[in-house]
Amino acid sequence: MRMILTGNESAAWGARLSRPKVIAAYPITPQTSIIETIAAFIANGEMDARYIRVESEHSAMAACIAAQNTGVRTYTATSAHGLALMHEVLMWASGARLPIVMSVVNRAMAPPWSVWTDQLDTMAERDSGWIQVYTQNNQEVLDSIIMSYKIAEKHNILMPTMVIEDAFILSHTSEGVDVPDQKDVDDFLGEYNPAFKLDPDEPAGFGSLIMPEGPYMEFRYKMALAMEEARKEIKKVVEEYNEKFNRNYSPFIEEYRTEDADAVMVVLGTIGSTAKDVVDRMREKGKKVGVARVRYFRPFPMDEMRALAKKTDMIGVVDRSYSFGPGADLYAETKSVLYGHANIPVKNYVMGLGGRDITPQILEKVFNDMLTIAKEGVVDREVEWVGLQGDERWS
Amino acid sequence: MKKLTIPEEEYMLSGHTACLGCGATIAMRYVLKALGKNTILSIPACCWAVIPGVYPHRNLEVPLLYTAFEVTGAAISGIREALDALGKEDVNVVGFAGDGGTADIGLQALSAAAERGHNVFYIMYDNEAYMNTGIQRSGSTPMGAWTTTTPGGKKRMYKWEPKKNVAEIMVAHHIPYVATATIAYPEDMISKLRRAKEIKGPKFFQILSPCPTGWRYSPDKTVEVSRLAVQTNIFPLYEVINGKYKISIKPKNPKPVKEYLRLQGRFRHLTEEEIAMIQKHVDENWKALLKKERCSQEEE
Repeated sequence: MRMILTGNESAAWGARLSRPKVIAAYPITPQTSIIETIAAFIANGEMDARYIRVESEHSAMAACIAAQNTGVRTYTATSAHGLALMHEVLMWASGARLPIVMSVVNRAMAPPWSVWTDQLDTMAERDSGWIQVYTQNNQEVLDSIIMSYKIAEKHNILMPTMVIEDAFILSHTSEGVDVPDQKDVDDFLGEYNPAFKLDPDEPAGFGSLIMPEGPYMEFRYKMALAMEEARKEIKKVVEEYNEKFNRNYSPFIEEYRTEDADAVMVVLGTIGSTAKDVVDRMREKGKKVGVARVRYFRPFPMDEMRALAKKTDMIGVVDRSYSFGPGADLYAETKSVLYGHANIPVKNYVMGLGGRDITPQILEKVFNDMLTIAKEGVVDREVEWVGLQGDERWS
Repeated sequence: MKKLTIPEEEYMLSGHTACLGCGATIAMRYVLKALGKNTILSIPACCWAVIPGVYPHRNLEVPLLYTAFEVTGAAISGIREALDALGKEDVNVVGFAGDGGTADIGLQALSAAAERGHNVFYIMYDNEAYMNTGIQRSGSTPMGAWTTTTPGGKKRMYKWEPKKNVAEIMVAHHIPYVATATIAYPEDMISKLRRAKEIKGPKFFQILSPCPTGWRYSPDKTVEVSRLAVQTNIFPLYEVINGKYKISIKPKNPKPVKEYLRLQGRFRHLTEEEIAMIQKHVDENWKALLKKERCSQEEE
């Protein structure tokens, strides 16, 4: 069914179609309309789920952990400070191998207060043991939630998943979305089949104390193996979903006009659609540029990134967040996986923090900078902040 | 009163790792005897996160979810809702948390769970300090006590603030059942748990669980200390059913609180004046409790 939905309504529909039995809800801008839409679904009898109106995001995740450990599918949604408040229990969810699916609407961290898009909130949780998938449009928001349950719940994976959307650009913007039939989603997902659960008939303890010589390290190693295994399952599930629901997702990296590109821009989220538009315009002028939109940040697409680097002479990585290390996260990861595999210049462009607009004009200037580097083979500055007030170069 | 028999079934097996004379261990044993096999436990960081044993050993015969420190209220909410969604409404869901995890770091999640009205038990086993980390002051530490973060010293830096009254905080949430209990009175504790089991909604228990390690008394005196807490009125036993107070034990001639304090090394520094001040608090609280009982019953 074709509907006009915002990103947050699409997330709510993705959750509704996946039939979670317990939902924990706590408001935070710009996520709130997800849990409001779900509340309306439940209030109207369109969705059959227990809806726990918790008093904090920390409790939202804790309630999901406990419910999922009792043997049901769960869902929650958050953003920025809410995600940061969950930090402790995010690690609990992954360590407990509970395939919870959560929507995260990317929002800047205060101070100063900002409710607009910025990816620092999810980047700060990259080591929490969650699969992270970034989306580009409302259709992908909805579809990714359904696919994420399927991937996360496989007994060889059992890793929780964040489905990430940009604040306002997606969360509050309406688009045409194809909403799958419930029956088709039911066929695709199947009933939730927990690998283990709290059950008085088979009493077990979950999460007890463990000594250094006990298998703590082995449990962590198994998580690492599961994350590796997830690469295979993501590919399988995305292909199956494409086939069944007539979609065209690339599992890990969506490449656009990269085949003969002199320079490729690597991005996350909605920057991808703007960049693709700019690529078309520049191609008309004979400038050979392309875009690679990374969908999965965890697990990070190593092989795909290395293959991409073989097609081009230069990679420019756009980050909508900053890490106080050797550049921002997407850049650092990209450069790290290319080390020893590709000897091309890689440059980091930091932009759009706190929701500052990333316009086609700015991206065109960045592409031109990238083409100069591709031609000369030298990176002037490894990390460059783009679009600062008063900076003539990018305005 | 009809004679009550303590169930013979054991759901807490031997081989736990608690200190000698641990009151919290006795509390768990009675709680499980009263509630039975069809029970799921949720335990945060506290002594009981360690007492069941080190992986893969476990001395409890019921399923157990270990959780982060502050989440017991949220965790039991999640378990309850999941069970109800699965049609397993007959399973008891029990949060079993220490006083730090209840009165301090877990109070927010507990308050929210109580307000939402989930059908759960929350049991605060009150050993009056952060005992698992080694005797640090909590909001539930009583007036005058020594702990490692109220160590006295030249400035007599003890815990001078009154003990936070979590049972009364829970009464203020208008939940259907609130009770205090202690391990020296197992029949009282078990009959309260059985009564609570018949009530749908949040049920809160504060079980005074003496701790020889932290309270500084000989491990063979745990039951004696627990009994004296009731007989001196420093820890009265009562229940509040739908807002109606009923005091379980009214000592005919309450013993001076000094007898309770002098058994424990954590109070050994107290002067006669300080003991008199604590006695005054105990008397006032007892009178207030009697009033609450009278008032809430007059409302009938």
